[in-house]
Amino acid sequence: MENKPEPKKQNAILIFLEELIRPSSSPKGRRRGVSQAILIPVLALFTGLVIGAIFIILTSEEVYAGFGKSFGAGLAASWNSVASAYSALFTGSLGDPPVIFSALQSGDAMAIKKAFNPILESLVAATPYIFASLGVALGFRSGVFNIGAEGQLYMGAIFSCVVGYSLTGLSPWVHIPLAMGAGALGGALWGFVPGWLKAKTGGHEVINTIMMNYIAYNLSTWLLSGPMRRPGEYNPISPNIQPSAMLPNFFGPPTRFHLGFFIALGMAVLVYWLLFKTTWGFELRTVGSNPKAARYAGMNIVVVTIVGMTLSGALAGMAGANEVLGVNHNLALSFSSGYGFDSIALALLGKNNPFGVVLASLLFGTLRNGATKMQVVSGVPIYIISILQAIILAFIAAPAIIRTIYRLRAPKEGEEVLSVRGWGGG
Amino acid sequence: MATTTAIYHREVLAASPRRQRVMGIVFVIIAVAIWLLFIRTLADPTAVATYGMTLNVEAETQIQDWVVPVLPALYISMVVNFVLGIYQLLRGFKRWTNLVLGVVVALFIFAFLTWSTSGSSISLAGLFSLTLSSAVTLTMAALSGIMSERAGVVNIAIEGMMLSGAMTASLIGSVTHSLWIGLLAGIAAGMLMALIHGILSIKYKTDQIISGTVINIFATGLTSYISTKFLQIYQDLNNPGVFPPIPIPGLVSIPFIGPILFNNNICVYIMFVVLIVLQIGLFNTRWGLRLRSVGEHPKAADTLGINVIRTRYMAVLLSGAMAGFAGSYFSIGSVGRFDNLMTGGRGFIGLAAMIFGNWNPLGGFGAGMLFGFSDALASKLSILGSAIPSEFLLMAPYIATMIVLAGVVGRTQAPAADGTAYTKE
Repeated sequence: MENKPEPKKQNAILIFLEELIRPSSSPKGRRRGVSQAILIPVLALFTGLVIGAIFIILTSEEVYAGFGKSFGAGLAASWNSVASAYSALFTGSLGDPPVIFSALQSGDAMAIKKAFNPILESLVAATPYIFASLGVALGFRSGVFNIGAEGQLYMGAIFSCVVGYSLTGLSPWVHIPLAMGAGALGGALWGFVPGWLKAKTGGHEVINTIMMNYIAYNLSTWLLSGPMRRPGEYNPISPNIQPSAMLPNFFGPPTRFHLGFFIALGMAVLVYWLLFKTTWGFELRTVGSNPKAARYAGMNIVVVTIVGMTLSGALAGMAGANEVLGVNHNLALSFSSGYGFDSIALALLGKNNPFGVVLASLLFGTLRNGATKMQVVSGVPIYIISILQAIILAFIAAPAIIRTIYRLRAPKEGEEVLSVRGWGGG
Repeated sequence: MATTTAIYHREVLAASPRRQRVMGIVFVIIAVAIWLLFIRTLADPTAVATYGMTLNVEAETQIQDWVVPVLPALYISMVVNFVLGIYQLLRGFKRWTNLVLGVVVALFIFAFLTWSTSGSSISLAGLFSLTLSSAVTLTMAALSGIMSERAGVVNIAIEGMMLSGAMTASLIGSVTHSLWIGLLAGIAAGMLMALIHGILSIKYKTDQIISGTVINIFATGLTSYISTKFLQIYQDLNNPGVFPPIPIPGLVSIPFIGPILFNNNICVYIMFVVLIVLQIGLFNTRWGLRLRSVGEHPKAADTLGINVIRTRYMAVLLSGAMAGFAGSYFSIGSVGRFDNLMTGGRGFIGLAAMIFGNWNPLGGFGAGMLFGFSDALASKLSILGSAIPSEFLLMAPYIATMIVLAGVVGRTQAPAADGTAYTKE
């Protein structure tokens, strides 16, 4: 009796690993598949950081000044510039160990909060990434390339913000789900249209979702400068949402860590369950990976495409709702700093697996949060993160490059190729 | 399945009686819309709208401003549209339907413009001049897309290539104090990005859309990084100046269109040259035939001895050069400096213009002018303080693209092998 839960637990972990690490078809190929599936993202990240370091050195004036004096001084300056940038990146995103240690010793609640704030902020930054890249990943799984997460995010933010400030006197138990649901609805609407157009008319979703992005952006500009503008305010900003719609903050100011993070994790589990534990998820993945086979098996491709795109949009919409209800508590112009586009990279980095996506989002939330401090301390602009992101994504999408650099052998079985069907033929 | 049947569906749709009826109803609806939106809301029935016809007040040839009485103009637009709609419903314009659709839409825009300027004035010449300036980048972006997609490589990285072109042109132009070197550097930067796109998508067979996304993210990060770190701090690095306008003798004194078309800077003329060369090159030369065959059926092309890989590299590099040129026009062709993310999504609208123009250079130019016009209209009307928010006008090209893509206006067809990597067997 006591032994019974043991194997079950192992089983769950095994399934988790298996799902995290595709492909794995034969027991023999599994080990290499496992090692490379982990190795390549790690090496991609490492290589990205190295290239980033070279980039920092090449664009640092101190380095050139140092080399002007002597070769040694140049090397020292190079080391300093990279070390100060990357250590600021580390302490800005995860906290400074000595500070954390002394805060814990002092026992002062405020000091502890402040010491742990960087890591909490990283989680706050990762939350919208989790939502949005889950959405993009779900889209990829169902065979649609949702490049419109940005627009869906905007619509989600608009919808949830309106529900957040216009309804009064509600209990948080009602108001928060309502506002969050409104956000999902807004995103779903913006995902449904391109999904429907793809399934019914063949209009390629990449172009349509890009168009929907700009429509959403212009719509938000108009709403914020007109109907949704805060009364008595000249700047385009919406009224603050009611306190009852705010996602609870766990530790109070100055920290901003809120319930949204756990909702995001919940959605990851839900998406995992949906994709891998339900018949419907199986249908969705079949349509995504082999539409011909899906059609011969009698699956309804039209419905799956539309639903896949709609759900993808709903998740991205929740990312927008999360930012409004959890962090900003209002909607301002250009509030999204490209979450929608970053999430494409993250979905691919996480191999379109919900748990992989969560890990990738945590990584990039951390990097982005740390980059803010890096910019202040070492003068390295925050945009270096985009450069890193592009390099890593390129390596993930073309693993042959990483294999060439590190002399890895190619796996015998065909590995999962990231692909999107172009807008030309079938 | 969805796409193949959809193409067939669109072909049938283009000439079907059902579409004829739908179009007729659309024309009538537009006529009714003119009545509902403009005629009924017109406050002063005797108001006039003034269209300024001269671009430059000091120019020698001045044309009288065009004064339009608003109410009659609105009624004429409405009645013409209504009659066209009824004729379409009863007899049908058949293959001329799209042309008539153009007329109907043009009348609607005229009615809208007249209505929103009633009681004040707008410079028509300025509007068209702004349209052309906006269309230059959009057309070049569309041509860039056509170039690479005709060879079978999807290029959604135009935005990124344009950004790098704009930044490099501004930086190098400032350092060397030569706009021409700046322009060449901008083109080279676009080609460098294209080379990355080519290596990723042709050599490593990365999905072309993902590879394009990589370029977009990379170029956004790179240009913003360099701009934040250097250009915004050292103003000397970001002050290249602008190409001066070159009036073409004789042509420039043509009334109205002369100053708009023939008094531009060199970039505008280059755009026209590239447009014509590409149109002829693609459809009337052996080079173009080979290029298109690689985009339509690479295997057949390979069998006939065409080097598919080399052709694709060439096409992608030329595409990058055009995008780099389009980007350079932003910084050293119009604004005179580089700002973070200054292309503002024009690369994507250029892509839309490419689809709108059905992968044809001249079509792309037409779509570029159309989108440029709505861009210009939005900025003019936001100054005028129109009752219709400028944001909705800015949305118009996007909505129009989606409608076109859905096959409502007619059939567009991408090159058959667009987006697929080629592996030699």
